[in-house]
Amino acid sequence: MQETVTVRFSVNGEPVERSVEPRMLLSDFLRHELDLTGTHVGCEHGVCGACTVLMDGDAVRSCLMFAVQAEGAELTTVEGLASDTGEGPRLHVLQEAFIEKHGLQCGFCTPGFLMTLIPFLRDNPTPSETEIREAVSGNLCRCTGYQNIVSAVRFAARRMATQPEVPE
Amino acid sequence: MNARYFGASVRRNEDERLLTGQALFVDDVHLDEMLHVAFLRSDYAHARIKSIDLSTARSRDAVLGVYAAGDLGDYWQPGPLLVPPPPIERLEFHEATQVPLARDKVRHVGEPIAMVVARSRYEAEDALALIQVDLEPLDAVVELEAALADESPRLHEHLESNLAAHVIQEKGDYSAVADKAAHVIKRRFRFDRGAAAAMENRGVVADWNAKSGELTVWDTTQAPIPIRNGLARLLNIPEAQVRVIAPFIGGGFGPKIMMFYPEEVLIPWLAMRHGRPMKWIEDRQESFFATTQERGQIHDAELALTEGGIILGVRDVFWHDTGAYDPYGLTVPINSQCTLLGPYQVPNYYSEFRSVFTNKPIVTPVRGAGRQHGVFVMERLLDIAARELDIDRVEIRRRNLLAPEDFPHDHEIIYQDSAPLVYDSGNYEAALDKAVERMEYKQFVREERARLRAEGRNVGIGIVSYIEGTGIGPYEGARVTVEPSGTVCLATGVGTQGQGHFTTFAQIVADELGVTPDRVHVVTGDTGRFNWGTGTFASRGAVVAGSACHEAAVAVRAMVVAEAAAALEVDADDIELAEGTARVKSRPETCISLGDLAVRSNPLRGAVTPGTNPGLEATAYFGPERGTTASGVHAMLVEVDPETAMLKILRYLVVHDCGRVINPMIVEGQIVGGVAHGIGNSFYEQLHFDKAGQLLNASFMDYLLPTATDVPHVEVDHVETPSPYNPLGTKGVGEAGAIPVGALFAQAIEDALGDGAPEILEMPLSPNRLFELLSEAGYYRSPSQQE
Repeated sequence: MQETVTVRFSVNGEPVERSVEPRMLLSDFLRHELDLTGTHVGCEHGVCGACTVLMDGDAVRSCLMFAVQAEGAELTTVEGLASDTGEGPRLHVLQEAFIEKHGLQCGFCTPGFLMTLIPFLRDNPTPSETEIREAVSGNLCRCTGYQNIVSAVRFAARRMATQPEVPE
Repeated sequence: MNARYFGASVRRNEDERLLTGQALFVDDVHLDEMLHVAFLRSDYAHARIKSIDLSTARSRDAVLGVYAAGDLGDYWQPGPLLVPPPPIERLEFHEATQVPLARDKVRHVGEPIAMVVARSRYEAEDALALIQVDLEPLDAVVELEAALADESPRLHEHLESNLAAHVIQEKGDYSAVADKAAHVIKRRFRFDRGAAAAMENRGVVADWNAKSGELTVWDTTQAPIPIRNGLARLLNIPEAQVRVIAPFIGGGFGPKIMMFYPEEVLIPWLAMRHGRPMKWIEDRQESFFATTQERGQIHDAELALTEGGIILGVRDVFWHDTGAYDPYGLTVPINSQCTLLGPYQVPNYYSEFRSVFTNKPIVTPVRGAGRQHGVFVMERLLDIAARELDIDRVEIRRRNLLAPEDFPHDHEIIYQDSAPLVYDSGNYEAALDKAVERMEYKQFVREERARLRAEGRNVGIGIVSYIEGTGIGPYEGARVTVEPSGTVCLATGVGTQGQGHFTTFAQIVADELGVTPDRVHVVTGDTGRFNWGTGTFASRGAVVAGSACHEAAVAVRAMVVAEAAAALEVDADDIELAEGTARVKSRPETCISLGDLAVRSNPLRGAVTPGTNPGLEATAYFGPERGTTASGVHAMLVEVDPETAMLKILRYLVVHDCGRVINPMIVEGQIVGGVAHGIGNSFYEQLHFDKAGQLLNASFMDYLLPTATDVPHVEVDHVETPSPYNPLGTKGVGEAGAIPVGALFAQAIEDALGDGAPEILEMPLSPNRLFELLSEAGYYRSPSQQE
């Protein structure tokens, strides 16, 4: 048995405390220990971006981190994006925009795009098309050709500007 | 047909699950007591296995089993020949299919040699390092032509050479017309390999329940039903006791229909042997070696024309790289052979190919499946002919296009589906006209190009035509059921990898039954729910499975109407279906819900008329006589910077004809995504093998997929020529976007570079390769560059 260490952090607002092997990737920990399988693994070498999650509000690649490195952090995964209204989930504006603009096909890369775009739109609420394309240029999608992802981001940005009360 | 949703951009039923992380992919399957498998793969492309020592790996605590070929006993056998060759006269085919674990020899880098079962994937990979394999390297077969030289090393000892197949298809008499032709163009064209690169790698989870004798397998396959049938045969259990589920699949693009991959036969075997659930998930590096690839071909092609640019005939002799094994038969090279004819009238055709074994990963269809090569050769020949005959590029195409009255058009050769190559319908000139007009082609070549050139900008235009054989048989099926809740359930056998089947199939059924598409619950790719069918390939889902959904819905509609007529005591002709109810046309308030009718049709007590079937449920199958022929035109405005050999795509337009469109939003998504794939295959993606057959760029850092900054905005326009071969009038679209892009790049780049530009006769390009071509052609020394 490998040596384990205890790690504590929060995921989607819930505290987590587990003992893990120091070598366990954060992506594997989220997916296989916490069963938060919405975070996907496409390359395990930090290029495709499918495994992107938020750590203290910033987008990070969970396949390039060990779970122990998240000690004390606040993590958000795609499962934490919709808000719970008590009557079922209420989708984030960005999620709704992806539906509206057909911003996904197989949907495998999609959680990574969403988690990359959340902090991007927070920091740049009125992005140009060029800025959007640059923002997601570290995320690979083989299905969509990116066009409808860009449309969805523009749509979401407009909605967020006109409906400031919607959840971040 | 009551077309309320058919033809509308209905939002997708599947999106919410995918966007909230609730969609189940194979790697999301967690089962109690599950064990994990890792494979030891060959580092050499060609080597003799002298010895394997598994003892150290077996001694690890975390390891529950380590296996090499010899440990598989009678279970070790070569895989099936998936697609037997079509009935073509004089055809020569040599079968050599892949094996579960290499026994005496390895034949490509990444071929599995041994496997470890351990408590975790981490521990399984640890143990791989403890396996001792003694490999004696052999010379590798890498180049296509050298593969058939007398002195070439041989991959398969049971064959006399590395020849996998030799096929000639002929129509008319090319030699006779070439002798008399005013003009003959001759060139050599090359296409190299790329990866399909679905974002989700492959994976298999298997669970054997010894008490019930049931095997359940989750597999990232495009063809769950044939996998089920094959596993039942291999493992000697009844088909009904095997359930194969292809849940949400993170992109397919062809390689996920290679049946059987070694892992697909080994993981279920391990699950039965260990009595515990077993999981293997491919990692990205493995995927570069172990998942099938495509596109290596060399063509020596000739085009014979009249002085006026009318095609007299084509002769094409080509080499096809099938990789280390040929389980997928001849689908890819026959697609190349047939698709070359394009939308044109070609009265005489001689096409001959040799498929050869090489020490590289196995070749099976990847989005386009050989069609790219045919389009590239034909479009390039026409471009060169146009230049040499001083005819406009669009005009030479126009002079040779099949006319709307030429259909059905029989090309007098055999297609990949073993049926004669007959085009069903088309309106090619209309698509070309649209593209010419929207791109302002005439104005561009007359004035704009020169004006930009005067500003020092190298901007060119490209415009190419293509066809795609889609929607082939044999058949698919569907079952439609109205449940007491009023929910309509639809089950079909094809797997889905992002094409929007949960929505398009629902639209087809919703129209017949008068419900909204979101009330149609669609199940695809689960043999426990529907177990007849073949799979998702050849752009056929919407055509073949979609037609089966339609037929089943029509049958259920008749049942609903009959049941409602009895319940409401009116004639069946007076019933209409709308808003989830059956109602009297003249008195809509007199109605009964579909759910209540479902209850009525399944009485719990009392007597029924003998012969009555319970429920509102019907199953239907659809098998077309032959495939449908989709078509299109791609056009592009590109700016080339000769100094860096970098490109900037200024405009990209697709005019596409896939017959009647079920959901324009989804169809355009498929096309745009295909274009992105094609752009990758044209200017970014290339698998580089060295002389030893070693793959040099097996990562996403070194193998470049196009990103959001590389793919331009793509404009899409449609021509709709319905297919007469299915009740919906649809044609396939899944692969279309990727097919003509290489031909388009070549033409547009040449146009942008102007005088002194090299002829582009190969794909893929890259900035480096384009720079080399320009240098070799002396472009940088040409007068036009030294103004």
